Amino acid sequence: MLIDAQDLTKSFATGDGMLPVLSGVSLTLAAGETLALTGESGSGKSTLLHLLAALDAPDSGSIRLAETEITGLGDRDRAAIRREKIGLVFQQFNLIPSLNTAANIAFQARLAGRHDPDWCATLARRLGLADMLDRYPEQLSGGQQQRVAIGRALAPRPAVLLADEPTGNLDEATADDVLALVLDLVAETGAGLLMVTHSTRLATRLSRQLRLSKGRVA
Amino acid sequence: MRRTALAALVSHWRRQKLQLFALLAGLALATALWSAVQAINAEARRSYAAAAGTLGLGSYETLVDPAGPIPVESFAALRRAGWPVTPLVEGRAEIAGRRIQVIGLEFLSAPRRNLPDTLAADTLSPAEIFLPPGIGFAAPATLRALAGQPGLPRLFADPALPPDRLFTDIAVADRLLEAGSGIDRLLLLPGAPDGLPDAVVPGLRRQPAESQGDLTRLTASFHLNLTAFGFLSFAVGLFIVHGTIGLAFEQRRGMFRSLRALGLPLRTLLALLLAEILALATIAGGLGIALGYLIAGALLPDVAATLRGLYGASLPGTLAFDPAWAASGLGIALAGSLVAAAHGLDTVRRMPLLASARPRAWAIVSGRQLRRQAAAGGALLAAGALAPILADGLLAGFALLGGLLLGAALLLPLLLSAVLALGAAHARRPLAQWFWADTRQQLPGLSLALMALLLALATNIGVSTMVSSFRQTFVGWLDQRLVSELYVTAPSEAEAERLRAWLAPRAEAVLPIWKVDLPLMGAPGELYGIVDNPVYREHWPLLAATDAPWEALYAGRAALVNEQLARRNGLHPGDPVSLGAGWQLPVAAIYSDYGNPAGQAIVALPTLLEHHPEVPKLRHGILTDDPQALSRALTEEFGLPPANVTENGRLKAVSLEVFDRTFTVTAALNILTLSVAGFAILTALLTLSSMRLPQLAPLWALGLTRRRLARLEILRALALAALTFAAALPVGLALAWCLLAVVNVEAFGWRLPMTLFPDQWLRLLLLALLAALVAAALPVRRLARTEPSQFLKVFADER
Ligand SMILES: Nc1ncnc2c1ncn2[C@@H]1O[C@H](COP(=O)(O)OP(=O)(O)OP(=O)(O)O)[C@@H](O)[C@H]1O
Ligand SMILES: [Mg+2]
Repeated sequence: MLIDAQDLTKSFATGDGMLPVLSGVSLTLAAGETLALTGESGSGKSTLLHLLAALDAPDSGSIRLAETEITGLGDRDRAAIRREKIGLVFQQFNLIPSLNTAANIAFQARLAGRHDPDWCATLARRLGLADMLDRYPEQLSGGQQQRVAIGRALAPRPAVLLADEPTGNLDEATADDVLALVLDLVAETGAGLLMVTHSTRLATRLSRQLRLSKGRVA
Repeated sequence: MRRTALAALVSHWRRQKLQLFALLAGLALATALWSAVQAINAEARRSYAAAAGTLGLGSYETLVDPAGPIPVESFAALRRAGWPVTPLVEGRAEIAGRRIQVIGLEFLSAPRRNLPDTLAADTLSPAEIFLPPGIGFAAPATLRALAGQPGLPRLFADPALPPDRLFTDIAVADRLLEAGSGIDRLLLLPGAPDGLPDAVVPGLRRQPAESQGDLTRLTASFHLNLTAFGFLSFAVGLFIVHGTIGLAFEQRRGMFRSLRALGLPLRTLLALLLAEILALATIAGGLGIALGYLIAGALLPDVAATLRGLYGASLPGTLAFDPAWAASGLGIALAGSLVAAAHGLDTVRRMPLLASARPRAWAIVSGRQLRRQAAAGGALLAAGALAPILADGLLAGFALLGGLLLGAALLLPLLLSAVLALGAAHARRPLAQWFWADTRQQLPGLSLALMALLLALATNIGVSTMVSSFRQTFVGWLDQRLVSELYVTAPSEAEAERLRAWLAPRAEAVLPIWKVDLPLMGAPGELYGIVDNPVYREHWPLLAATDAPWEALYAGRAALVNEQLARRNGLHPGDPVSLGAGWQLPVAAIYSDYGNPAGQAIVALPTLLEHHPEVPKLRHGILTDDPQALSRALTEEFGLPPANVTENGRLKAVSLEVFDRTFTVTAALNILTLSVAGFAILTALLTLSSMRLPQLAPLWALGLTRRRLARLEILRALALAALTFAAALPVGLALAWCLLAVVNVEAFGWRLPMTLFPDQWLRLLLLALLAALVAAALPVRRLARTEPSQFLKVFADER
């Protein structure tokens, strides 16, 4: 099992008391599996993904990531998990503005000490970025930036790819292409994929679907 | 992992070259000013040490003959009679176009600890020392200047010697000075009996040893001044560094979060950032030290002239590299940038991984923070004001200055915010309203730079007010005080008598200027005797007096004292002043006596002669209608060396030059500090300009042209500079008052009346506006050229 999360709860302190966001969510993801996470806005999808990516800690419950219990780890170990095991495509973790496309794609792989230039070149070509390797993020369109982020996440061949609405600001046709590409690449690397999406059309193309509602699995 | 992360961090600077330049230049400028001042101070201290060390000859009592040189036979007779004396010849000789002070000692009988090291170490053979051409010692630079000149002894370098001095055997000195054989002074070595050797050689006089202490005290205040200036400049520089480092952290928030999300541990990130800052500080510090060396080299001749003119301390005009101040420069650069970066590092440490990635409007300061900062400013002001009450001395004076400047700087943002809010409240047109409100919103990002500008402007106003007040008072005082048209010094008392007889029919009056050096109220002082002549009553600059002071003076019933003596001892007209053992007179009046460190008293000439018949009777002031003709006659017909005859006009010019040079250094530092502040504004505006885009884009979309927006940005910079100037003016005047009424009194013993020079303020205001204009020009040019697509991107990004 790549991911085995049990009974996760999480609440946030707001102006008027604690706001429960996740109340007892459990899920699993096996190697080679692709899981679509859906649910209305505010249902806690991003929060769940943050927990699974070791970016944030749950209030209770357990998360085993590639057979390692990650709840209760310190900053250094959580950073190592993210570096070694996880590929992230989140809207708010932008590209590094002062690095060009090539350097951005190779970045996490380098950080993890697993840089493979051939694989990076392949990724760039397949993502349609081959002739913009020297450009900086500010010189790319939104969709192109999204593709660079996907390349960056896949470059170190992570065990799990966690994606939060990776096609959110792409037109339908491009979104379909990008998703097909992601699914191909995930299949090739044998990684598991957990993807948040609002689109039922896209969700049905993944092997499994999970729907969140008001912090619970519906 | 570290290499990759570091490369990403550094890539920021590659893309933001201007910001990198601002950071390095700000820190380098700050370090340069600091280390230049340190270099000058270190150089000066070395010179005093040298002067006090080898030429410790002043620490001996001496025997002199008021009538002229002492014959060699007298010296021999004294030795035979068992008096431990050693002869000394001194004078100035023109060698290689330089005025060299030649000091001749008898190497055999001179105290060994006053001999140059080479000689004391016994490495030279007697033949080398005593057979022609003989040997001599000079500072290395002097030695180089004298190399190859004919007629000189074999010269050795002695770094402990002050410049332009040649230390040699008495016979060689005689030859160089072209003096007839004769001894200027006999040093009384330890073990000499008390009293005078009248039985052996009659007519000699004993002179007390000189003290070096007051030189140190006086120059210390000058150096304290310089150090304070250096520190201030560094503080201004730190504002820049704080601003740019803070911005670099703020801009990279997103990157830091991405790095951590992708698996870089927080500690590693912090360590890398620390390493980055230290590396930048080392580079900038190194540049700054090099720059400081150049500045110090350029200023040192003026400083040397100032110290020589003001205090008689001699300083070589060139700079020697000293690793100690280089290290102190690097140290303060590192410490300064760490202080500046501490806040940024702490923010990174506490930044939650999942907080908003958008850089907050840079350095947002809440109203409460603004008020808290202003409260701290008020507290500093109060503490500064209390300092002179709780303690005295120069340090309290500087505490007052520090409290005033820092307190005012901290109060500035709140003040500006209040003024801008007032402007917004009174604005009618919507654009004007937006302008005021928006300017107020920019304040947090600009406040550090504006505080730096305030400090620079206030220092500028304060110091130039002091300088100009000083100069004006001094010129007026010189006009009063230099009453005679001509000053003449006779080579001996016999000549002086002939001179007086010769002058009597040719001049309106001959005024003896005779004085004895003696301790006055426990400190070195001078006692003058004057004759009854109306010029004194008409011109002498009295600060306070009893009724009819001159009558009391000439009747021998009272004395005049100078301001320094009066202030140091709390004397007022009517108080008794002690003029020596068992001799007291009431103070008839107090007169101003600028530029003179020593205490001074004046009595009627007959009174002086009664107590000190031995007073050297050589110097005279001459009242005449035609000083030039008389001066020519004295040098040509009477055969006086030109150096012994000085015309009033020339003396005035020389004194004024000394005083003008005194402040050249200060003025140079003033300009440098102001440019550092201008630089701070440029940096702040440049960095703000990148964040301005989202704020300006809506206005552009609503129909304001880019040119119009650019003009408004310029107007904003000018308005802020003008407001800051308005705030700096009272601070600067308060600073001037502190300098004139507190620091000067503590350091020099005189208080100067403060004069206001509004034309200087106007010039400074224009300069400040110009600095703001220049600083705003670059970012505004960028704005005016911003592609519409950039504006559009703002909307695209907002989604
Ligand atoms: N740091 C936080 N502090 C307080 N409340 C938060 C925080 N983060 C998220 N929330 C709240 O938690 C709830 C779930 O947020 P989350 O971002 O997980 O929703 P989501 O399912 O991803 O929604 P969307 O589809 O709109 O992205 C929301 O009500 C949100 O307001
Ligand atoms: Mg979400």
